[in-house]
Amino acid sequence: MHVRKWLPALAGGIALALSLSATADINIGVTVSATGPAASLGIPEKNTIELLPTTIGGQKVNWIVLDDGSDTTKAVTNTRKLISEDKVDVVVGSTITPNSLAMVDVVADAETPMISMAASARIVDPGNPKTKWVFKTPQSDALMADAIAVNMKANGVKTMGYIGFADGYGDGWLAEMRNSAKTTGIRIVAEEKYNRNDASVTGQVLKLVAANPDAILIAAAGTPGATPQKELAARNYKGKIYQTHGVANPDFLRVVGKDGNGTILPIGPMLVFEQLPDSNPLKKSGAEYIVKYEAKYGKDSRSTFGGHAWDAYLLLARAIPEALKKAKPGTKEFRAALRDALESTKELVASHGVYTMTPQDHNGLDNRARTMIRIENGKWVLAK
Amino acid sequence: MDLSIFALLVQDGITNGAVYALLALALVLVFAVTRVIWVPSGEFVSYGTLTLAALQRVDGAPPATPPGTIWLVVGMAVVAGLMELIECVQRGEMARSVRQLLLWTGIPLAIGAAAWGLARLELPFWAQIVVTLALVTTLGPLLYRIAYQPLAEASVLVLLIVSVAVHFALTGLGLLFFGAEGSRTPAFSSESVQLGDITISVQSLLVVMTSIAMIAVLALFFGRTLIGKALRATALNRVGARLVGVSPNLAGTATFTLAALLCAFSGVLIGPITTVYYDSGFLVSLKGFVAAIIGGLVSYPMAALGALLVGLLEAFASFWASAFKEVIVFTLIIPVLLWRSLTAHHHDEEDE
Repeated sequence: MHVRKWLPALAGGIALALSLSATADINIGVTVSATGPAASLGIPEKNTIELLPTTIGGQKVNWIVLDDGSDTTKAVTNTRKLISEDKVDVVVGSTITPNSLAMVDVVADAETPMISMAASARIVDPGNPKTKWVFKTPQSDALMADAIAVNMKANGVKTMGYIGFADGYGDGWLAEMRNSAKTTGIRIVAEEKYNRNDASVTGQVLKLVAANPDAILIAAAGTPGATPQKELAARNYKGKIYQTHGVANPDFLRVVGKDGNGTILPIGPMLVFEQLPDSNPLKKSGAEYIVKYEAKYGKDSRSTFGGHAWDAYLLLARAIPEALKKAKPGTKEFRAALRDALESTKELVASHGVYTMTPQDHNGLDNRARTMIRIENGKWVLAK
Repeated sequence: MDLSIFALLVQDGITNGAVYALLALALVLVFAVTRVIWVPSGEFVSYGTLTLAALQRVDGAPPATPPGTIWLVVGMAVVAGLMELIECVQRGEMARSVRQLLLWTGIPLAIGAAAWGLARLELPFWAQIVVTLALVTTLGPLLYRIAYQPLAEASVLVLLIVSVAVHFALTGLGLLFFGAEGSRTPAFSSESVQLGDITISVQSLLVVMTSIAMIAVLALFFGRTLIGKALRATALNRVGARLVGVSPNLAGTATFTLAALLCAFSGVLIGPITTVYYDSGFLVSLKGFVAAIIGGLVSYPMAALGALLVGLLEAFASFWASAFKEVIVFTLIIPVLLWRSLTAHHHDEEDE
């Protein structure tokens, strides 16, 4: 009785599913952290995906965007769902490192390429055979930490203090900064941790100031980076303050206010594309993205995080036509061809830098993907 | 560690402790009267700060969009009004329905409309604070009417589950209204007082003084006013209070109004000291909860002392071992629970 009632619906559903897969659109699954602690990073990424064209290489593209709430389990569930239910040809995401690391196993098992928008170099660690399927667009911490150490050295800094998030972001930075400091001969005299939601960092900052370093690096993402900086200003710290590229959004400038003046940070050149020399190829590619983004989301709404999503699109826009020559979307062969095409990306000028992938390097960025900037009166200014 | 560092840490601890104390008081108050473990108290703190921040002028112009809190008040007022209406119709008390509609929909709508109008004007800072407090406090009784009153007789566990659900709903709405990034509000004062070697910022002094004043007002309220005494009676014995004519619904509504006011006030107080995010409230309320547990969820003075202890512990822990700060603060709850379970006699809520 019940079965008979449901049978036509079931048959209809199967027919619908068959007809859907027969059209062979390219399905791109996206999982971003649009809510939860990483929402300030995930929202511009999600906004960027909404700007992307729906055809690549003459083929219709479906962007299927899911929110993982900055939660690792949810990111894995999303990835499984995208692969098994939506039959995606490639997964883009997630926003943050823990999520991306957890997704590596899933995409490797399903032999589906993945482009992460998170920073850690471990996501594309060439020592792990599963990362054969994984690529990532953001600059690695090591590249940026090195830029900071070089800049400190040039400014005559001999001792530095560190305060950063008590999580993967902060720990990753601390490890990279220790390496870079060692190679440049800078001594780290104090290491402090705090949480993004801490109401007060007075204790940590007092300890940093007591150690009296020449410079202090704050490793934080978004507006929480302002908390130690304002406290340092209140304690009359006179040394140089460095931030990481994690704070490069307009909200940070709003919250830190005048206490941010003089802060130095490494950044993808796109953020200050207007100030780049015309000879820099990134000026044009950065403008292409930012003008489009700000036209939709308002003046000065740019953030570097959206750029990572844009670069993922640029990688795909170059690789998909290559893969289409070899196989039809929706097949295992297409996914493999797409992976090969991504790995053979050469000199792709994107918003954050120039990508040249190799089997050993699935990030593909070099020193052109970083530049030092300074905060002056609530504006990002290219440091000379 | 020299004297000046010690003094700064103590000052930091007392300032934070004063804020936690207000939250602890709100938690104790709500639990004593309604048996609700009020997890979303923290959201009222962050709504307080963020609403005030949203009222600030940007580059000399009034904010483009009035704070989303207004829409929440309006939405909840409509839902609460409908619930009242349905209840009145079911009981066949049509005459009462008009009064209830005015109370539950009319007043919140009037507050929302006033806030919407005022948000566009050039208000002095104190007036912005009044608007913020009015908006966020209104959410308290509405929340009680919608989420808790229909379940007032349920077990503590059910009420806790409702609280967790409300917490998630409010956090999500906070993200929608205020965005993912944090805000600060302007300082009440950037002055500082010199006491020998020690510098005390007027801002911290204000926070502590207002907290003490609030606590004093609460003490007066519970000791001298009829409604305060009725709330105390309900806290002691719900059935008994009902028998002598204290309406449990009225008690619940009054409690939530008061608790929402306390939390919104903490939000206004911490706004200039720290950056507040849409999800900041939870951690603040957890610390208030630790303090309230030290007071056994019944004693106001013990809860206030507990809050001070949590604040000081936090300040010194962040100086000595910043990576383990939260661990140290929350580990405090274990010996306290142990001590309480050994000293207090077992109390089964189903016996009441």
